[in-house]
Amino acid sequence: MSERPMAPRDQGAPDYTQYLHPLMAKNYGKWDYHERLRPGVLVHVAESGDKLFTVRAGSPRTMSADTVRKVCDIADKYCEGFVRFTTRANIEFLLGDESQLDGLINTVEQDLGWPVGGTGPSVSNIAHTQGWLHCNLPGTDAAGSVKAMMDDLIEEFKSESFPNRVHLSTSCCQINCASHGDISVIVQHHHPPRINHDNMQICELPKVVAICPAAAIRPAVVNGHESVEVVQEKCMYCGACHGQCPSMEIRDANTDTLSIWVGGKMSNARSAPTFMKLAVWGIPNNPPRWPEVSAAIRRILTAYKEGGKDWERLGEWIERIGWQRFFEKTGFPFTKYHIDDSPEALSNLNRSAMVRL
Amino acid sequence: MSEQQEKKQAFELHPTPMLDHLESGPWPSFIKGFKETVTRTEKTMVRGVLDQLNYSYETKMGYWKGGVVGVHGYGAGVISRYSMISDQFPEATEFHTMRVQPAPGLHYSAKALREVCDIWEKYGSGLMSMHGQTGNLQLQGVKAENVQALFDELNQRGWDLGGAGATVRTGASCVGPARCEQACYDTLGTHGKVLSYYADLTHRPQLPYKAKFKFSGCPNDCTNSIQRADYAVIGTWKDDMQVDTAEVENFIDKKGIDYVVNNVISRCPTQAITLKGKQLEIDNRNCVRCMHCLNVMPKALSPGKERGITLLVGGKGHLKVGNMLGSVMVPFMKMETEEDIDAFIELIDKMIDYWSENGLDHERIGETIERVGVQEFLDAVGLEANIDMVAHPRDNPFFKADLTHSPEEAA
Repeated sequence: MSERPMAPRDQGAPDYTQYLHPLMAKNYGKWDYHERLRPGVLVHVAESGDKLFTVRAGSPRTMSADTVRKVCDIADKYCEGFVRFTTRANIEFLLGDESQLDGLINTVEQDLGWPVGGTGPSVSNIAHTQGWLHCNLPGTDAAGSVKAMMDDLIEEFKSESFPNRVHLSTSCCQINCASHGDISVIVQHHHPPRINHDNMQICELPKVVAICPAAAIRPAVVNGHESVEVVQEKCMYCGACHGQCPSMEIRDANTDTLSIWVGGKMSNARSAPTFMKLAVWGIPNNPPRWPEVSAAIRRILTAYKEGGKDWERLGEWIERIGWQRFFEKTGFPFTKYHIDDSPEALSNLNRSAMVRL
Repeated sequence: MSEQQEKKQAFELHPTPMLDHLESGPWPSFIKGFKETVTRTEKTMVRGVLDQLNYSYETKMGYWKGGVVGVHGYGAGVISRYSMISDQFPEATEFHTMRVQPAPGLHYSAKALREVCDIWEKYGSGLMSMHGQTGNLQLQGVKAENVQALFDELNQRGWDLGGAGATVRTGASCVGPARCEQACYDTLGTHGKVLSYYADLTHRPQLPYKAKFKFSGCPNDCTNSIQRADYAVIGTWKDDMQVDTAEVENFIDKKGIDYVVNNVISRCPTQAITLKGKQLEIDNRNCVRCMHCLNVMPKALSPGKERGITLLVGGKGHLKVGNMLGSVMVPFMKMETEEDIDAFIELIDKMIDYWSENGLDHERIGETIERVGVQEFLDAVGLEANIDMVAHPRDNPFFKADLTHSPEEAA
């Protein structure tokens, strides 16, 4: 601890006005319309007639300070010293002078090495979690698998060739911190937690019991220690207890697998937001490049590109053609595990005589 | 061997054969940045982390455990990580993360960002994640002994820590009125004011669990608030959408009538648009503000002029009872003046108070509402039932009704 216990300022988020590009500050709340000039390039036109060009590029998300300094150099050279990021780890370089557009794009792609794209009906950068790099619960590495997937999808990032945008996310455990995407990759465990009864004193046992969504954990004395036991048939291997208590190890390098989920949608456009649904499970967790994941995603994207109508998000396409056709077109098997048998399951069943035969 | 050569050798990268596979390919590689940091700054911590990460790739297992690291006066904001196998990778013994709140909308000046880089490299690894899933600027890799000095220097330059654990978390907002014609309220300004009001709850854990705010300027919901935020603040409008008739005609001329029928008219979820010659006739009373037609025709169609927000409450991720989407609590409220924001905060205060009193450990507010019932929650926070809160009225005949509230009585 420092010798100078300075009182923290409790100030919250910094004032954004000091970080706005001058054209943003000038035309704040007075924008008229925007257009996509080409993949990765937007122009926003203000009521004043001002034009602000945006060059969007995919970042590796986790960066060194020197990489960020290179970003700053570009912002100084082209963007009057301002830059912003998106919620999907894309960067946006802002430009007032159209004549410098090609120079900026060239600098971003050649000097920084980041692809320009991610706008309109493209595959955007993958939202992802921390993985083996930093998380305390990860079953896989999010940053690495995302790098491998985006290597495969870079042309889809740089072009606008889908019916609508495709958001992907990758989470390194079933808690799914990266949330729902049109296509989402998450880890799945296949065993109950292994309890280290000799080290349960580091955990708050009432909290461990309370955290279980399946009420499968109950107090027990084991080898003379206060501990817990897990009712095996109730446990659904979610790993919530592992987050609460490191002595309840859920991960298993030999049996953990990945699953792919489809049809998550955040926007309210046309239809209400939806959660992702299970497409395929049991994919090997295969570092360093996870080729089986990329192959499965490619199958889904190919079918969506072929079958989706303009503006239809992946989940809307599936709703229209039906899940039966989705499994036919992708070739993934529909198994009994695709049927949710948790308490709210009834709402997932087909309670009509409408079937696709 | 000269002293210089010895030093150079001491700081060489160790072999990381698994991670080397992530340096090839066209997408920018995070591993390259790590290696560059090691060779340029000679930071052994980063080399140790690379070594441990490579070992994770070999063994398919993670090796970080949590602990308690923080700064004076705060109880949250630093995520501690200690290596579980520090005997094997002593350089990776400590690798804590400092969560820093970025400006609303993730706007930066190069000057401020460079300053952060310099301070961060002085005290920590120099590795940063832009941004975490909640929206933090994450400074990854600092030792406990440097945390206070790092924070002091950042805090004096206007940066503050983000939330962690049972706190109000760092907020998120879309680009908003800074660059979007669809923004129906000042997402950035509202975000700033709300999060600074809740700074105490951000820094000192005293809630049942996390509480997240996300501010989206329109129902396109670019911050994914309905799925991810306890309090989803989404811009909308009350009057008729604005139509530029000349631009409608231009659009039809340019794209063709087929495109307009197939991609605008027939995609309206409430069939509120009809084609009349080369114009759109819009049934605004029946429009649900989904944004589709505005997205397809941004030059011709714009939100109305009487603008405000819809507040949805209770969105959350999987822990612990499963995914929940936020649901409408306030269909429309103004969000233009200081008084409007104060009224909003007053309502949120009531919700947070009720949840603090009644929420169970690790229960998000959506789960609390599900457990106690929506009627109980509405009474507790003083909200009247509103038809926009439901998809349809109940279809279950078992309910307790107080006759003094009957529609007959009211009439």
